[in-house]
Amino acid sequence: MAVYSTNEFRSGLKIMLDNDPCAIIENEFVKPGKGQAFNRVKIRNLKTARVIERTFKSGDTLEGADVVDMEMQYLYNDGEYRHFMMQDTFEQYQADAKIVGDAALWLKDQDMCTVTLWNDAPLAVTPANFVELDIVETDPGVRGDTSGGGGKPAKLSTGAVVRVPLFVQQGETIKVDTRTAEYISRVKE
Amino acid sequence: MLSRIRAFFAQRGVLEVETPLLSHASGTDPQLAFFTSNYDTPPTTQTLFLQTSPEFAMKRLLASGSGSIYQICKAFRNGEAGRFHNPEFTILEWYRVGLDLTHLMDEIEALFNDLFEGQLGTPQRIAYSTIFAQHTGLDALTFSHQAYCAFAKRENLHDAITLCGESHALWLDFLFSFCVQPHLGKNALCLVYDYPACQSSLARLNADNPLLTERVEVFINGVELGNGFYELTHAEEQNARFDAEIETRKSENLPPVTKDTRLLAALETGLPDCAGMAIGLDRVLMILAKSAMISDVLSFDVTRA
Repeated sequence: MAVYSTNEFRSGLKIMLDNDPCAIIENEFVKPGKGQAFNRVKIRNLKTARVIERTFKSGDTLEGADVVDMEMQYLYNDGEYRHFMMQDTFEQYQADAKIVGDAALWLKDQDMCTVTLWNDAPLAVTPANFVELDIVETDPGVRGDTSGGGGKPAKLSTGAVVRVPLFVQQGETIKVDTRTAEYISRVKE
Repeated sequence: MLSRIRAFFAQRGVLEVETPLLSHASGTDPQLAFFTSNYDTPPTTQTLFLQTSPEFAMKRLLASGSGSIYQICKAFRNGEAGRFHNPEFTILEWYRVGLDLTHLMDEIEALFNDLFEGQLGTPQRIAYSTIFAQHTGLDALTFSHQAYCAFAKRENLHDAITLCGESHALWLDFLFSFCVQPHLGKNALCLVYDYPACQSSLARLNADNPLLTERVEVFINGVELGNGFYELTHAEEQNARFDAEIETRKSENLPPVTKDTRLLAALETGLPDCAGMAIGLDRVLMILAKSAMISDVLSFDVTRA
């Protein structure tokens, strides 16, 4: 794998740090006019999603990490693993609950999502920014309500709970922003 | 900004000069990387260096009796790019014959007052060790590895321990950059003077306290804008510092430099007692324009040059 110097640290670059794959978030060059140059780097650990700050001497190097984001189709959940498939090669990958994490709340069979691979094994799963899901449970709205107001909780087919306006009914399909877990709109069948 | 600077120095009788950007020699500072260029005069080729600052050439003028001078020019530092760095940048550098550091600080304050039309708060002057102790509780002049490490652990700066090791100068660079500098000069000029001797570069050591050096740095809003010295005029001392830095460059596998013997010769004939100051004008412009990136105030930064 390639080796990267602090000068090449760009946002998004994947590197190995303390044996974990990490992504560079931010890299600031700090140099006193008459002194040592440093790079202060914000790094996300891709395994734990934790963000840490580290300082390097300018010119120090880190090994690159073989991490790639792949568009895959979510197939099914066998109870222990969730299965994903590359659309062009039909190659399949499986990931356990620890790796899938909160993405499980937004994964519907056949939907596309992003699977991050590290050394060709799933490391993390990111759902599409917007997903369409069915409401399986919500209180009936009070007659006359149109929109606005506080809304009400609605349980979706994947188990996620989002707040929806009062006029939205059980059995309807809604569009949700997975980054904020917010209701966007109803989806006409 | 440029016309104001020129008016400021014209009023004070300081002469504007121009010196070569390309030189046969370069500074030996291990912290500054330079650009080189080939000068073809068949059958031979000579390596010329792009200046990292106009300091040496201007000192040669001073030694030949120019009197007080200033210059606005480009300087080049290889490998420096970031929010506050571009490898090619504009320097204002001036030398005042007969002025000491205190009077130089008066002049810096007057210049910034002109440039900012009084929009800055009251300027602050503070000694390095005082401001260092305020923000870290550590003694900047006497190095205690144990105390410095304990501070780094407490502040969650574990990287400092591995990066800086036993080097006092490195520790000071690290702690000053990350723990002190960001707090300096909130919308006001902050002048830090009496630098520790290990950070002396081309400054004179303090005559009364060998732990201190006659150096001043200028900050606004945590941004380093410039650096000034009560200049070292002693040729032998300068030669010794060059040699020490050349040795450091060798041990760190840095590109070799040519020692500026013409500067040393000029110092031998006698550099008058003087104080000199260099200001990064791009950064001053950043603050005037309230920009977050140096690229905002450049026509084209190095990635688009």
